[in-house]
Amino acid sequence: MDWKTKEKIIKYILLFFALSSIFFLTGIVIVLFREGLPIFNKIGIIDFIFGKEWYPTYDPSSYGILSLIMGSLLVTFGAMVFSVPIGLASSVFISYILPKKLKTFVKPTIELLAGIPSVIYGLFGMKILGPFLKNVFGLPTGLTALTASIMLGIMALPTIISLSEDAITSIPKRYRDASLALGGTRWETISKVILPTASSGIVTAVILGMGRAIGETMTVLMVAGGAAAMPSSFLKPVRPMTATIAAEMGEAPVGSEHYQALFGIAIILFIITLSFNILADLASRRFKKKVSGQ
Amino acid sequence: MRKSLLIVLSALLVLTLATGVVGAQDNNLTIQGSSTVLPIAQKTAEVYMEKYDVNISVRGGGSGNGIAALIDGTTDIADASRFIKESEVKNAVDNGYYPVPHRVAMDGIAVVINPSNPVENLTLDQLQQIYTGEITNWSELGGADKEIVVVSRDSSSGTFEVFNEIAVGGKRVTPNALLQASNGAIKSVVSDTEGAIGYVGLGYLDDTLKAVKVNGVAPTNNTVASGEFPIARPLFMFTDRWPEGLTLRFINFVKSAEGQKIIEEQGFVPLF
Repeated sequence: MDWKTKEKIIKYILLFFALSSIFFLTGIVIVLFREGLPIFNKIGIIDFIFGKEWYPTYDPSSYGILSLIMGSLLVTFGAMVFSVPIGLASSVFISYILPKKLKTFVKPTIELLAGIPSVIYGLFGMKILGPFLKNVFGLPTGLTALTASIMLGIMALPTIISLSEDAITSIPKRYRDASLALGGTRWETISKVILPTASSGIVTAVILGMGRAIGETMTVLMVAGGAAAMPSSFLKPVRPMTATIAAEMGEAPVGSEHYQALFGIAIILFIITLSFNILADLASRRFKKKVSGQ
Repeated sequence: MRKSLLIVLSALLVLTLATGVVGAQDNNLTIQGSSTVLPIAQKTAEVYMEKYDVNISVRGGGSGNGIAALIDGTTDIADASRFIKESEVKNAVDNGYYPVPHRVAMDGIAVVINPSNPVENLTLDQLQQIYTGEITNWSELGGADKEIVVVSRDSSSGTFEVFNEIAVGGKRVTPNALLQASNGAIKSVVSDTEGAIGYVGLGYLDDTLKAVKVNGVAPTNNTVASGEFPIARPLFMFTDRWPEGLTLRFINFVKSAEGQKIIEEQGFVPLF
């Protein structure tokens, strides 16, 4: 075999592997829509998304997922309220204030947080944070949207810190030098020059963190409480979409309306995370353009 | 030459397949149906397969699916957590199948509260009002002035199905109920939450939970087996006609002292 054929074979093998993840993605999307779309025909997409009652196994059944969507959005919003300030402050601190020697130690440690299995976060939320919040607020149960928000916030931190730190570090040094040379203090440099320049990079980090939070399943299944009522406060239990799918899919008869409805929820979730990713991508493109000096 | 070889080969193939099928009939057993009965079927099948050289495949999918499979002739045993419906019997007979029920165990569901809660007894009526959200405070039931935290299984579980039918009268459980995905999760929430009420299979009772009397009857193996405890039901395995061969031997094993002991270990109430 001469080197040309070898080269060709290697090329096609690599091409095959490179395309495989696209095949998997297409496969998943096809299955998702094939199993889930029928429910939109049966119930009507408006009634499915905006219906407030989720009673899949009763006769007559109701397949309204608004309270589940609101549950997901509420805990994701809460997670961001918790993790964005902490994440932002940490990333500024790591990139500008922390000595380089310590940075090589601190950043990997934070990234280690991302490697902890979500069931462990769930256990922590269920057995430690939940009972603690219950006592602090005098609640009937500690499994609430707030508990889930804090846990998801902690889980989104590594994404947010790591990506915004990258964004801040990639700002050319001349920006900082110029600001300091003009007599700006360190704080003025950070708040008026660095953060505005890095803003779209930080937005990317936050959106990806949101994607992490809204798609998280095990933790919310364990700590959010699981009440399918319309969420009225952070101190009440909620039932996010992911938890519903995970709890009910195992015993829903294959091909039944309930099964299709769970896939329907998955479609909605897929669309939400997909749009998060597209937004993050747009923001990161803007950021690259800005830093490269247009 | 080539053609004759082909014929011989295909004849051989057909023969092997045929003997495979014939041989398989006495060694293979398929069980399908209720997910409530699934742990019973699974565990007894495992033990049985260890003792004898047979192959038993067990699947869940729900009582309805199991009985439908029996009527289609695609399963030897249909597990069911309810009795067969009249329409299903008619359908079976029309297809030339005669379903025979075998009661293999009893399933009791205990209503549990936090051990710190002084309430001792609840009626089925009160349970219905609690689970539909009409009663929301323990003081209405003779307890402390505390909000009731309603805990329920997720609505596709078999335990939910029975509890909802017997204790909640088939009505819709309040959307404020915390839905938990397993008996273990319910146990964990109820033992951590002073105002909680939940329900678990009899096998899950221990010191961390307090089982209340329902209509004045405490949930024990005896009261469930005798039918006094109201939230209980028999579990069935259905066969086509009176079983023979491996099917008969397996059902006899499930109903034997050893099989019933396995059933008790799985958290169900044995027949004797």
